[in-house]
Amino acid sequence: MSGTAWAWLVLLFPLLGSIAIALGYRTLPQKAAGMIGTAAIGLSFACGVAALLSLLGEDAEARHHASSLWDYASVAGLDIKLGIFLDPLSVFMVLVVTGVSTLIHLYSYGYMQSDEGYHRFFSFLNFFVFSMLLLVLAGNFVLLIVGWAFVGFASYALISFWYRRETATRAGMKAFVINVVGDIGLVLAAFLIFRELGSFDYGEVFEKAPQVFSVNEWSVTAICLLLLVGAFAKSAQLPLHTWLPDAMEGPTPVSSLIHAATMVTAGVYLIARTHVLFELAPTAADISAFVGLATLLVAATMALVMTDLKRAIAYSTMSQIGYMIMGVSIGAYSAGMFHLMTHAFFKALLFMAAGSIIAAMANDQNIDRMSGFGKAMRFTSITFVCGALALAAFPGTSGFFSKDEILAFAEARGGMYLIFTVLGYVGALMTAVYSFRLVFRVLPGKPCTEAQELIDTGHVAHEAPKNPATGEPEDTDVGFPGPEHHIAEQSAPMRVAMGVLAFGAIFAGLVQIPGVDDVVTKFLDPVWEGSPLAAIEPSLGEDYLGLGIGGVIALLGIGIAYVLYVARPELPRRVEQRLRPLHTLFVNKWYFDEAIDFLVVRPALAIGRFANRVFERFVVDGLVTGTEETVRGAGGIVSRVQNGFVRSYALLLIAGFAGLGLYFLLSSS
Amino acid sequence: MNIEWYIVLSSLLFATGVLGILLRRSPMVILLCLELMLNAGNLALVAFSRMVGNEQGQVFAVIVMVIAACEVVVGLGLIVAIFRRRLPLNVDDLRELRG
Amino acid sequence: MEAVVFFVAAIGALGGAIGVIAMRNPFYSVLALIVHLFSLAALFLLLTSAFVAAAQVVVYAGAVMVLYVFVVAYVGGGGESAWEPIPGQRFLAPLLAIALFVELSIAVLGSALKALETDGPEVSAGFGDPAAIGRLLLEKFLLPFEASSILLLLAAVGAIVLAARRREAEGEAPSKHSPTRLEGASPSAPNA
Repeated sequence: MSGTAWAWLVLLFPLLGSIAIALGYRTLPQKAAGMIGTAAIGLSFACGVAALLSLLGEDAEARHHASSLWDYASVAGLDIKLGIFLDPLSVFMVLVVTGVSTLIHLYSYGYMQSDEGYHRFFSFLNFFVFSMLLLVLAGNFVLLIVGWAFVGFASYALISFWYRRETATRAGMKAFVINVVGDIGLVLAAFLIFRELGSFDYGEVFEKAPQVFSVNEWSVTAICLLLLVGAFAKSAQLPLHTWLPDAMEGPTPVSSLIHAATMVTAGVYLIARTHVLFELAPTAADISAFVGLATLLVAATMALVMTDLKRAIAYSTMSQIGYMIMGVSIGAYSAGMFHLMTHAFFKALLFMAAGSIIAAMANDQNIDRMSGFGKAMRFTSITFVCGALALAAFPGTSGFFSKDEILAFAEARGGMYLIFTVLGYVGALMTAVYSFRLVFRVLPGKPCTEAQELIDTGHVAHEAPKNPATGEPEDTDVGFPGPEHHIAEQSAPMRVAMGVLAFGAIFAGLVQIPGVDDVVTKFLDPVWEGSPLAAIEPSLGEDYLGLGIGGVIALLGIGIAYVLYVARPELPRRVEQRLRPLHTLFVNKWYFDEAIDFLVVRPALAIGRFANRVFERFVVDGLVTGTEETVRGAGGIVSRVQNGFVRSYALLLIAGFAGLGLYFLLSSS
Repeated sequence: MNIEWYIVLSSLLFATGVLGILLRRSPMVILLCLELMLNAGNLALVAFSRMVGNEQGQVFAVIVMVIAACEVVVGLGLIVAIFRRRLPLNVDDLRELRG
Repeated sequence: MEAVVFFVAAIGALGGAIGVIAMRNPFYSVLALIVHLFSLAALFLLLTSAFVAAAQVVVYAGAVMVLYVFVVAYVGGGGESAWEPIPGQRFLAPLLAIALFVELSIAVLGSALKALETDGPEVSAGFGDPAAIGRLLLEKFLLPFEASSILLLLAAVGAIVLAARRREAEGEAPSKHSPTRLEGASPSAPNA
């Protein structure tokens, strides 16, 4: 079978899974729904592997195929097909997405077991994977936008999964609205592309672009800036990032899949895919790189002070995606994609471990109350530490190689781009500090009540169900989390998933050791063929220097965290008091939410109120009621003629007669 | 006297009839004014018949007289019926036929 | 000679007409109309329309006015002021009547019809005779003649039906309506 046939199958299985589970939500037993969901993605992964193998069987230059099922619209110069595009980049994304998704489905099989909305969860999760695959496999901008929008919807559906929780539904709406802002940017970019280049198809667009556009022409810069709006909204970069922390209202597998490994990487994929356009608009690419850098640093500062475990990891995601965006914007395409892959592993793993710990805490997410889980939950703690090591770029882990590859590229490009290297390392230091802050706060030390209960009885703590953010009491019926909490130690599927990811987090970096092998780069190279930026390669010396600096920084960061949180626990409070204004700034998330509320939400509400009070009342109602009253008034006046007085009828008659006579007299004179 | 005089007299009588209809309240008098108008028309018809030279206008006038008679009969019947029902014989008070 | 007769007859007709509209008592109005009709008959004679004049006297002044006299005697009335215009239209009625007269006069006097300024062509001796009228009625205008006789029949039947005494209706009618005022009626109330 040809590669594209496998690619169509990749798309088919999650869709079928989603529909099957949705249709059978009453009849299918819970286990069956979970198995169908996981199997669907597993089959999808297998087909992805088959597509990969078929691609590898060809020459490097010939590894791009387009295939379309159906002409969607072909009229008046518009030619939109339902078509996919198979090349190393899309296969890479397919494998990452389906691979991590399979493991997360496996994890959810155990984690969501006592939730009443189990079937709905798996159906939506499958639908999400389908949409994400549609996004990465799309062969033209229209299908890309379709996948983009579906992914936004799936994200909304899954964030508000516990729909009776008001904080969750509000978070879902916030995510959706910000995503729509990004969608607008993307759609406008597509319009401009069509206007300038006359096609939506990837092949045609990327071929024609260098011929039609000159460097830094306003149109291609506009297109790239609009694409960036879309990418930033989806990947939670400044300033469209405020939805990501709130999105942690969703169940942990959702955070792990969508908001760590897959959806938020869509922006990175977009920039990598349209790199031809970005190379023609270096200004836009530079803007993108600086935004990525800013996000990287700001998010890291926020993660340093977060007390909610999942939100801290969410900010870490934002920061790491800042690295990826920065990477693909300055030209380190393969490095950025490699970091995407490793990040998917260790971030998903971190969320899974966090989920296990939160379950043990009876859904409480506050790290101030957590301690001593190292003793209570061995497996979870080991995997948590694996993920944290990879995140901190401890020497030898996957994160180590991938992050430093980006920074080495920036250094090799030289000139202004050295800023990225330097500040990137500052960010790496903060990353190491905050990731091990989490480790040292939660794992070692005297076990907290819940951990103690786990050690003593082996049972997970039970408390009255309540909203972790606001403390409102809830129940455990559908729309709220289920009564039981499942931890990894007690659930085999969860352990399998976390184990595989831990292995990947630690060892996946070995495929891209500089000077030894570069599997990913070699595989992805044909995609960036002809790009001057992709041809820049740091020398071996620069590579090892970068790795060395990175390793030192990682160990330094871990050391600082150890000092702050284990050796001298009173130190953090003193630091916080010394730097109180900074601390407040960080804790309040740099006041972004307040700024957006002031700049956007309030004017919109004011416009709505104005429209209702003034426009609606005076103009619209005025027109409608005014017309009604005019008609009624006129009718009233006219009906006064028929007043019943015979003589007034006669008068009118005579008056008419006289008038007519006058007319004839005048007209004949 | 040329024909003009007769026609002008006829229009004067007609205008008088119109004035009467607009000014009087009693249905009896209004009917009488109607007669005035009809007769004015008759006068004009006969004058024109004389002007033209054949008697067709006069035949028309005779037919008009017949019509006037019919109308008087019906009108007076109405007045008698109204009177019988003790309604006021006053055109301003008889106004229930209105829109 | 002819002018004298014309003016006398004209004054009689005009006087009768003004009497009809000005008299308070409807009986006097009827009498004024009779005077008016006789004057018109004289004018018809001046226009050599003997048959029409005779019909006017016999039919109109004779039969129709007698009907009027009977009904006025039966109904009575009078005692109301002559001029009762509709509220709000005090001057409009006379104005319109005068306007009508003026327009018609202008139409006639300014007309390009030359024949109006003559006395009419020379006519034969039998002009306006009953024979001539009768011949026209039975030959040229047979259809209007027959139709008008049917109309007379209909009118007579209709009048009888209108004025007939209905025993049941007579008994109910007084209770339905008050003697002097219709219910809910006020002359100046606008149409709701």
